[in-house]
Amino acid sequence: MSLTPERAAELRELCRKFRIDVLKAIHGIQSGHPGGSLSVCEILTLLYQERMNIDGKNPDDPDRDRLVLCKGHAAPMLYKNLIEKGFLPADSMDTLRRIDSLLQGHPSIHTPGVEMSTGPLGIGLSAAQGMAMGLKLSGSSARVYAILGDGELNEGTAWEAVMSAPKFKLSNLTAVVDYNRVQLDGTTDEIMPLGDLPAKWAAFNWNVIECDGHSLEELSEAFDAAEAYKEGPSVIIAHTVKGRGVSFMEGKAAWHGKAIPDEDLAAALKELEV
Amino acid sequence: MAKAIREVYGTVLAELGEKNSDIVVLDADLSGSTKSAIFGKAHPERFFNMGIAEANMVATASGLATTGKIPFVNTFTAFLSTLGLLAIRAQICYGNLNVKLGGAYCGTSAAFDGSSHHATEDIAIMRSLPNMTVLAPSDAESTRWVTQFAVEHQGPVYLRLSRDVYPDLYAPGTKFECGRGAIVREGSDVTVIACGLLVHKAIEAAEILAERGISVRVVDMYSIKPIDSELILKCAQETGAIVCAEEHNIYGGLGGAVSEVLAWGGASAVTEFVGIQDTFTESGPYSQLLKKYGLDAQGVIAGIEKVLARKK
Repeated sequence: MSLTPERAAELRELCRKFRIDVLKAIHGIQSGHPGGSLSVCEILTLLYQERMNIDGKNPDDPDRDRLVLCKGHAAPMLYKNLIEKGFLPADSMDTLRRIDSLLQGHPSIHTPGVEMSTGPLGIGLSAAQGMAMGLKLSGSSARVYAILGDGELNEGTAWEAVMSAPKFKLSNLTAVVDYNRVQLDGTTDEIMPLGDLPAKWAAFNWNVIECDGHSLEELSEAFDAAEAYKEGPSVIIAHTVKGRGVSFMEGKAAWHGKAIPDEDLAAALKELEV
Repeated sequence: MAKAIREVYGTVLAELGEKNSDIVVLDADLSGSTKSAIFGKAHPERFFNMGIAEANMVATASGLATTGKIPFVNTFTAFLSTLGLLAIRAQICYGNLNVKLGGAYCGTSAAFDGSSHHATEDIAIMRSLPNMTVLAPSDAESTRWVTQFAVEHQGPVYLRLSRDVYPDLYAPGTKFECGRGAIVREGSDVTVIACGLLVHKAIEAAEILAERGISVRVVDMYSIKPIDSELILKCAQETGAIVCAEEHNIYGGLGGAVSEVLAWGGASAVTEFVGIQDTFTESGPYSQLLKKYGLDAQGVIAGIEKVLARKK
C-alpha cells in the first residue's frame, strides 16, 4: 500500500489542521496534554485516514480494524481523527473535557469509534492483544494497532504483554511506540532510562521496525513491513519529537500536560498557519 | 454429599464451553488449582495460559470481550482483586465489558499458604465497582448456577469461589435468581445472613442453638450485588436481630452491604458482624484457621449471643 506523493501531501495538510484544532481545543478548556498529542499526529492520521479498514457509519462491523490508544492522554488527536472519519460530530471538539461531553479527558469506550478505555498506562497493549486473539479465533483478517508512549514503558505490565503476544503468534497485532523521549517530569533518560529499546522488544521475539514517526512515507513503509511479517507481532519504534510542529513546545517536558496560555496559542498558531 | 467448589466450577465451565463456542478461558499458571484446566483440556483452542501475569491476563480479557468472546479469567482472588484490579476497574467495569472473573481460593481457603494467599477484602473491592455483579455460591448446585448465570448475563460478573468442599445445600434444579437470597432455615429470634462457607456454619449454629430454645433463621445471600433488600428488611422486621456472617473482613463485605440496606430501609434491628476482625490472617489447617478467626459455628453462636443480648 504505497503512499502516492499527492496523498502524502493531503495527509500532511490534514496533520497541520489537526495540530491547530487540537491546540485550540486544549487551550479552550485550559486543560490537556499538548506535547504527546502533537508527537503522535502522523502515526494516528496515517492509520485512521489511510490504512485502517473502518467506517464511521458502521462502527460495529466485526471485521473492522481496531486501534487502542494506550497513551490515552493524547486523546484530542484521536478525537480529531474520529471526527474526520465521521464517528463523531464535527463540533464535538468544542466539548472536550467539558461536562456531559462525548469527549472525555482520556478515551472512553462509550465514545463512538473508541475501541478501548485508556488512561491508566501499561494495560492498553494487553487489551489490544486480547482483541487480536479474539479476531484470530474468529477467523477475521482485521488488524489491531496499539499506540504506546515511551514513558508508558516504565510500567511493568506493558512488558507482560510484550512477553505474551509473541507466544500467541499474533501477526495481526502491530504496536507503535511514540518514542519522543520526554515524559511528564523530564526526559526518559532522566526519569527512567529505556536503554536499547529496539533490542529489548527484539529479545521478546517481536519483529522490530524503526522509522521517523513524523514521516508519513517512512511510517507507511513500516506498516507495510509489519503487515508482511506473518510469524508474530511487529513493533514500530517511531522516533518522534514531543510537541512537534510548535518550536517552543518541541522536546519540552513542561508541555506534557500544561494548559496553553493565550499568547502561547497565538504564537503556536502563527507557526502552524503559515 | 459434598463437593469441592473449584472442581464443580471447572467441570461446569467445560460443559458450558461445549454449548457456547464464544466462551474462552484464561488462567495465570494456576489452572491446576483453579480447575480451569478442566476447560483447557476439553477446549484447548479456547484456553489461554497467560503465565504469572495477572494484570496482563485481565486486560487481555477486556480486549477479547470486545470481539464478542465471553472470557472467564481465573486465578487466586487474592491476586485477581489486587493485581487485576486496574483493568477490572478502568476497562471492564467502566466499559461494562462482558468479562467473568473467577476468584479462586476465597477467604482463608488457601489455608496453609497464609495471609498472602487469603482473600479477605475481595467482596469490598468488587462490590464498590459500578456495573459489577458479585455472586458467592454456597454449594455445588449454586456454583453450577452462578457459572451458568455468568455466561448468560451481559456484563462483568465476579464469582467468589472456594478451594474447599461444601456440603450440598440445594436440590438439583433449584431456581436461583440474581438479586435474591434464600432462606435456607426458618427461625424467628434472629436471622443470620451469610454467604459461602458461613451459610453452613450458620446452619450448624442454628441446630446447636435450637436445643437451647433459640430459633435462628439462616439466609444464604449468594447474590451480594445486587442484593436482596426486600428479604433483608423482611428478616429485620420479623426477627428484630441480624447477624452478618462471612469469610471476609467485617468491613465492606456482605456485612457492609446488609448494613447499607438496613440503614436505608430505616430498620430498627440490632446487628452484629461475624467475620475477620480487621486483621491479617496466618498459615494453618483450614479448620483451625476458621476456629481461630471466629468463622466456625462457635463464632456464629458468639455473634448470635451478642446480638440477642442487645435485642433484649
